[in-house]
Amino acid sequence: MLGNSILLAFREIRRNVLRSFLTILGIVIGVAAVIIMVTIGGGATVQVSQQISSLGSNLLMVTPGKRLGPGQSSDTVPFKMSDAEAIARDVRSIAAVAPVSSRSLQAVSGNENWSTNVTGTDNSYFKVTNRSVRSGRTFSESELRSGAAVCILGDTVRRKLFGNQDPMGEKIRLEKLSCKVIGVLESKGQSTMGQDQDDIVVIPLRTLQRRVTGSQNIGLIQVSVREGASTEGVQQEIGQLMRERRHLAPDEDDNFNVMDMKEITKMLTGTTQMLTALLSAVAAVSLLVGGIGIMNIMLVSVTERTHEIGIRLAIGALEREVLMQFLVEAVVLSSFGGLLGIVLALAGSVWLAGLLHVPFVFNAGIVIVAFLFSAAVGVIFGYFPALKAARLDPIVALRHE
Amino acid sequence: MDSSGQPLIVLKGVTRIFGKGQAAVEALRGVDLRIDAGEFVAVMGPSGSGKSTCMNILGCLDTPTAGSYLFKGVEVGELSRNSRALLRRHYQGFVFQGFNLLNRTSALENVELPLIYRGATAAERKRRALQALETVGLKGWETHTPGELSGGQQQRVAIARAIVTGPEVLLADEPTGNLDTARSREIMELLTLLNRESGITIIMVTHEPDMAAYAKRTVRFLDGRVASDERNGRGN
Repeated sequence: MLGNSILLAFREIRRNVLRSFLTILGIVIGVAAVIIMVTIGGGATVQVSQQISSLGSNLLMVTPGKRLGPGQSSDTVPFKMSDAEAIARDVRSIAAVAPVSSRSLQAVSGNENWSTNVTGTDNSYFKVTNRSVRSGRTFSESELRSGAAVCILGDTVRRKLFGNQDPMGEKIRLEKLSCKVIGVLESKGQSTMGQDQDDIVVIPLRTLQRRVTGSQNIGLIQVSVREGASTEGVQQEIGQLMRERRHLAPDEDDNFNVMDMKEITKMLTGTTQMLTALLSAVAAVSLLVGGIGIMNIMLVSVTERTHEIGIRLAIGALEREVLMQFLVEAVVLSSFGGLLGIVLALAGSVWLAGLLHVPFVFNAGIVIVAFLFSAAVGVIFGYFPALKAARLDPIVALRHE
Repeated sequence: MDSSGQPLIVLKGVTRIFGKGQAAVEALRGVDLRIDAGEFVAVMGPSGSGKSTCMNILGCLDTPTAGSYLFKGVEVGELSRNSRALLRRHYQGFVFQGFNLLNRTSALENVELPLIYRGATAAERKRRALQALETVGLKGWETHTPGELSGGQQQRVAIARAIVTGPEVLLADEPTGNLDTARSREIMELLTLLNRESGITIIMVTHEPDMAAYAKRTVRFLDGRVASDERNGRGN
């Protein structure tokens, strides 16, 4: 009997190709949207994790204030150079400590200018962040100590300011500071937050403090833990040291934050996953709307086909056979819509992944779920119209033109 | 006619009332009718005389309000909707005035339709449908859709669909109502042939005495009752 229903349903769909296509359009778009959202979201999550792990799992970030990112209170007590020195001196199992302070500035060279991130730090920065100088050199001891006007360019800044020319030994201007280019960094690409990590100019910390910001503050201390040592142990030791240095009473909360990469990873992937879930929910609504679309068209189709249903009933079709035919029709249509949506979604995801520079991660789970969901939509939204068709009185239905 | 000697159709005091109370309309007021297997009966009568209501009851599409309808000894009025559908499927074929074919569907697929509901295999379906189309003289027209066929041809497809399951009775509701005289005669000759060669019982509603003359027996309805019931002199 199911075989017959499928046969009849296929003949019916073939009879009305255009109507069938319009019926499933909603499902196609809904399924495609859900799968694309989840696939791209998954790719972004994977990318975030990959990039963070490429930074090294032994990296600790010490920031003033209670939390990383926005929402820091204004009365945050900033770090000083002495804090970084204290960490390097007093905490065991540390490979390198880099004090970092940045400013967004306009970099100018000749007629070219480019707004970029100017980071003041010392040579430990390259070790801690896994960066190296592609050409030229890092800072010398005396340059660091005296706050010399020298800089190392990120690849993006080099390209924007100098194009194909060799920047080495040239002067660039950062606000009032004119400094000499002594090196270019190895390119690193986009960061987890979608920032261009090559859009950077590195200068000695002291240069930044004295000639740009005019303050002794440090925004961030990056610490890399020695290979094989416990990150958590170091985290605790730094916490202890900072509490002492900031004279916090035992009942006071930390007014700084020591985060390891695991926490940052968790936080960032958590954000990505939440966004993915949110977008998927929106897409799921469109799938639901697609289902209602199917119900609409099936209901119209029952009315339109009343006469035909009358013929079938008069010939000896049972109520349940008409029910089955319409139900199977709805399920076949919506499943076909699901399949079409999956194909569309995979093509779309590959294309979008390329466009957004996100790895394409095939998620079999969501494809299966989306397909089953589209079939279920057929059953749920096809049932009511099917029942309506099956309950028709053959005499009345035959008279209906 | 089966071996038991039982008549195919027996109506006893069949009444059919539509609506309730003041608005009630008595379409049939006590119809007694007996039709044996192998008969060819023409049912005549003016509009509103109850002949269509009677045909609906004979075709198990409707049930009597009162009285008894025995089909092959089975009391149809007591059957469920599904059982009546099965009765139609296995023993009855229908031909309508308006042909009632599925449009945009080939002649072959139209004829196959009742066989699909009977669960015949694809090969069996095709064989029997082709055979039925040949019987009605439409060999070579299998792939044409109703829109590509003339009225007479469409009615032949409908007849093929009605006889493809090998029913015992063919119920025809004004089968020539939409056709010109020449086409009507062809259809009547086809029905006569089917009645004579296959022994299929035919009950046909018609307005035209010319067409009724092809039948062996004429039953006239008037005001919900059988007004006359006579053997045709001409017969077959």
